[in-house]
Amino acid sequence: MPELSYREAVRDAMSEAMRRDEDVFIMGEDIAEMGGSMGVTQGMLEEFGPERIRNSPISEMAIVGAGIGAAVAGMRPIVEIMYQDFTTLAMEQLVNQAAKHRYMSGGQIKVPLTVRTQGGAGWSPGAQHAQQLEGWFVHVPGLKVVFPSTPEDVRGLLWSSIYDDNPVIFFEHRTLYGLKGEVPDEIEPIEIGKARIHREGDDVTVVATGRLVHEAVAAADEAGKDGISVEIYDPRTLQPLDEDALIASVKKTNRLVVAHEAVTRMGWGAEVAALVQEKAFDYLDAPIERVGARFAPLPFAPVMEEYVIPHAEDVLAAIKRTVGKGE
Amino acid sequence: MKEFLREMLLIRRFEEKVEERFRAGELPGFLHVAIGQEAVAVGVCRALEDGDVIASTHRAHGHTIAKGTHPNEVMAELYGKVEGCSHGYGGSMHLYDVEHGNLGANAVVGGGLPAIVGAALAFKMRKEPRVAVAFFGDGATNIGTFHEALNLAELWKVPAVFVCENNHYAESTPSHQQLPIEDLMKRADAYGMTAMQVDGQDVEAVFKTMQKALKHARDGDGPVFLLAETYRLTGHYVGDPQVYRPKEEVRELRQNQDPITKLREKLELSEEEWNELDAEATRLADESVEFAKSGTDPKPEDAMKNVYA
Repeated sequence: MPELSYREAVRDAMSEAMRRDEDVFIMGEDIAEMGGSMGVTQGMLEEFGPERIRNSPISEMAIVGAGIGAAVAGMRPIVEIMYQDFTTLAMEQLVNQAAKHRYMSGGQIKVPLTVRTQGGAGWSPGAQHAQQLEGWFVHVPGLKVVFPSTPEDVRGLLWSSIYDDNPVIFFEHRTLYGLKGEVPDEIEPIEIGKARIHREGDDVTVVATGRLVHEAVAAADEAGKDGISVEIYDPRTLQPLDEDALIASVKKTNRLVVAHEAVTRMGWGAEVAALVQEKAFDYLDAPIERVGARFAPLPFAPVMEEYVIPHAEDVLAAIKRTVGKGE
Repeated sequence: MKEFLREMLLIRRFEEKVEERFRAGELPGFLHVAIGQEAVAVGVCRALEDGDVIASTHRAHGHTIAKGTHPNEVMAELYGKVEGCSHGYGGSMHLYDVEHGNLGANAVVGGGLPAIVGAALAFKMRKEPRVAVAFFGDGATNIGTFHEALNLAELWKVPAVFVCENNHYAESTPSHQQLPIEDLMKRADAYGMTAMQVDGQDVEAVFKTMQKALKHARDGDGPVFLLAETYRLTGHYVGDPQVYRPKEEVRELRQNQDPITKLREKLELSEEEWNELDAEATRLADESVEFAKSGTDPKPEDAMKNVYA
């Protein structure tokens, strides 16, 4: 099996789709000659030309909206929003338009639009370049929300997102772009709405997304030294959510930690906790633990940033609390 | 031109019927009629070819009927029936009819403009000789989507026509309180976009100007900003007491700026011909109410359909 970085895997999915299908094209800021601010679309201009690798003005509303219109007219556009902080500029188009056209039309319209964006802290980008806003989008009926954590998953899920007939908000994590991993020779589509169990375990389930999947793996290694067996559940898609696999895991381990980089308060993890207590309350042997960022904007100074965002040790501490070994 | 009059009159009688049934408490939600603006809807839509698409606004009944949706289906939508053009999911501000090229009316001012750029871009990329048309009002020229959409459309030279229905009020707010410029043609100038201006109360002029705009767009010469000066002869919504403008203004507009009266005079119709047209329009409006009332209510649980494709 070949090895690709997370960044290359994203590019590979888009390039293969564009080779196969004239209806797929990309709009975004600085995606052509510059290859995107994260280098994801590097080399694509040379292969596909400026008609399909469309460098856009700094107009998030217009490029998301143009993506909607092109999708309604039968294309499968991909829109790159440089930082997920900037999706806020396009919220009207995403929330009122993309998510609702199908519904408001009584099923006449479909919007096969993929909006790719990235974010993530840990390198001092400050308060407006690293937020994790997935919790905003999972709250909107009509949108699908995908957040893969490995090269294989990002490739297979991006492929499925491009070919999904609904608007998909596709989150990539900034700090994962260099992560390498084996991928299948040919792109294998991964079903949207199916979780991956990264590691099986018996004592506690850790639900983790994006960077926190890898932090959870590190925490699980440490916990193992204390004889705690951790199961790691990566939903990969937040909407729809693979509830069956989640509930099955909790029923097996009887304990739950939910970990994400986004702010804990009112976060996506709160919904997971609520869902589990609704569907598996009698199976829980400990209070559900949540791990996430503290309730502050992301600060610039590295020591403050480190303080705000969650790390493996936070996940580990939460694991230990659930098994009664907390400090 | 008589056909244009027939259609404008149908829209007028339809919307009068809508006002009547709303006041009778039969219609849920709220409603915006475009009484006085029929010549823009008809002049623009009659100039379109099969395959051209539109996006409409919260004031959408006229555009939708002019684009080919049967008034029965529009009225059924206003009653929230399955037979409605959006099957009861949309309502007055979300009239869709994809088969007839209506990609949807939008309740967010300016909300539909970027999608029209995208639809036009798709036509251009696939080399299809189609044009995408956005309707919006003067109020929308103050919102960000308008500026981003026009900028992008001109930059990418997509086949789109932006039809600005300047009725001189953004809801209740008159032009001088919401626009720092008097001449809205300057809006297009800012983006280097070809602009055309027309008397929106003269359907023939609208039709001919729209034909020119469409040719420009279809020939690959880029988008066009079409400014139609028009007048809303009623309130912003049905029931609007219009405290923001003198009664005299409305009376004068009704006397001097009714596009239907203007066309009737231009065509020099006999009383008999007029009565015949009027009776037909009234009959169709009445029938649409009967059709809608005898329509099917959606099942409550149908609310969970169509969330995803």
